[in-house]
Amino acid sequence: MTATLTRYTPLLLLAALWEAVTRAGLVPASALPSLDTVAAAWYRLAIDGDLWVNGVSSMTRGGLGLALAIVFGSLIGVLMAWYKPIQIVANPIVQFFYPMPKSALIPVMVLWLGFGDASKIVLIFVGCMLPVTLSAYNGARGTDQVLIWSARSMGASRARVLWEVVVPSALPELLSGIRTALALSFVLLVASELIVARSGFGYMIGWLGDGGAYDSMFAVVLTVAALGFLADRLYLMLMQHVLAWRE
Amino acid sequence: MSAETPTLAPASGIRLDRLAATWGPHAVAALPLIALLLVWEELARSHILSAFLLPAPSVVLDRVWDDAHSGDLLTNLGVTLYRAMAGFAIAAIAGVALGILMARNAVVRWFFDPIVSAAFPMPKIAFLPIFMLWLGLYDVSKISMVVFNAIFPVITATIAAAEGVDGYLLWSARSLGASERQLLREIVLPAAMPQVLTGLQVALPISLIVEIVTEMLMGGTGLGGAMIASSRFADSPGVFAGIVEIAIAGLVLVKGIAIIRRHLLVWHQEAEEPTTV
Repeated sequence: MTATLTRYTPLLLLAALWEAVTRAGLVPASALPSLDTVAAAWYRLAIDGDLWVNGVSSMTRGGLGLALAIVFGSLIGVLMAWYKPIQIVANPIVQFFYPMPKSALIPVMVLWLGFGDASKIVLIFVGCMLPVTLSAYNGARGTDQVLIWSARSMGASRARVLWEVVVPSALPELLSGIRTALALSFVLLVASELIVARSGFGYMIGWLGDGGAYDSMFAVVLTVAALGFLADRLYLMLMQHVLAWRE
Repeated sequence: MSAETPTLAPASGIRLDRLAATWGPHAVAALPLIALLLVWEELARSHILSAFLLPAPSVVLDRVWDDAHSGDLLTNLGVTLYRAMAGFAIAAIAGVALGILMARNAVVRWFFDPIVSAAFPMPKIAFLPIFMLWLGLYDVSKISMVVFNAIFPVITATIAAAEGVDGYLLWSARSLGASERQLLREIVLPAAMPQVLTGLQVALPISLIVEIVTEMLMGGTGLGGAMIASSRFADSPGVFAGIVEIAIAGLVLVKGIAIIRRHLLVWHQEAEEPTTV
């Protein structure tokens, strides 16, 4: 308990500094609203329901897009490592599009799918799929050949080898690729909502800022940041749990 | 990448391996991309999808050519790369410096550790309107946003790298009379280099992604700004030309840093390429 407290003291110090600087009037409230007005604004948004409605809308988009990216990304990645023809066709395409800054897809998705949910879900799906694909591919490719031969010589079918040998040994790398994708999904979600949307956290941040309601804007920004942090920590715990069989 | 032969995949009926032997692996790697381009062109010409939703690649490349001729491409590309690279460079230098300080000084470590570990996984792009509020709509806020997003992977990688330096190397150098400064320059920095470079390889694409988002939100010159303007005017060849331009810029930068890595680390048994965005 004291250890955690000592560890997080710097964050408390920063919060105290923020409050002190704004209370003393060193920075205008139009640039930095004090911490307690931000907290009050958060409470108001939570009571009004604005925060929940937009939050559910954002999280649904992010969750669906990421789920699609994980399913298709791992499937393509493992198949690329397993079947040479798929590897020959898919690998150059994956390698070519992988370094593309994914935020460039935002205007295309608007063109294709408009301002609603579909454009965000597909953006996150397409943007997050390649990191997952590549990590699944690299993980599966790194499977110890001896394990595959042993399993085959003991009579396991090819499908069974794929499921019981290749997939588990690809898992550590695949899971860390998914962690990258999780972080990216938040970035793409908030960015696309800031640029064009009619609901969601990013949209809220945009209109609150335009309307000069800076205390509410800070409240939503901090909420999104905290959610991203929490999602990463929860995922990390899940990852350690899933990989507990490794030494 | 294409030069590697995967060990897992069984031999197939397709004799592309023989093709690769005659034409080189890069030529074979180009085939699926060329096929993709042809499918795209045919799809666009067949009018299954309207020219608005999917302009033909010939139209798009024509547009890229026009942009290049009118000088727009050079201006926009220059502005985007300048801001992304300025932010990346500041993040790289400050991130490595802070990372080494944190690894070597307990007080600095105590203060920054919770901040870095809390900020690293946060979607920092959400702070963009705050940066606009504080720093305006021009280069300063865009570059600061890039720094803010790109610095954390560099710091984390540097701390891990500096802490992972082999103790025997440090003890030997010390017992041979090396000063702390020499130790840093001759032992710690070279030994930390592979991991630091990995951090930089993660930070580089982030810099580009963030730079393009800031341009899309604030408008003005730059590849992202030009794309969002095209999208507002429903100018779909302009949007697709932007995608092509940005994709190529990204490819060149990411492959470029990978090549630099290979040159800098010829002495090092190379690890896997990092998983980045």
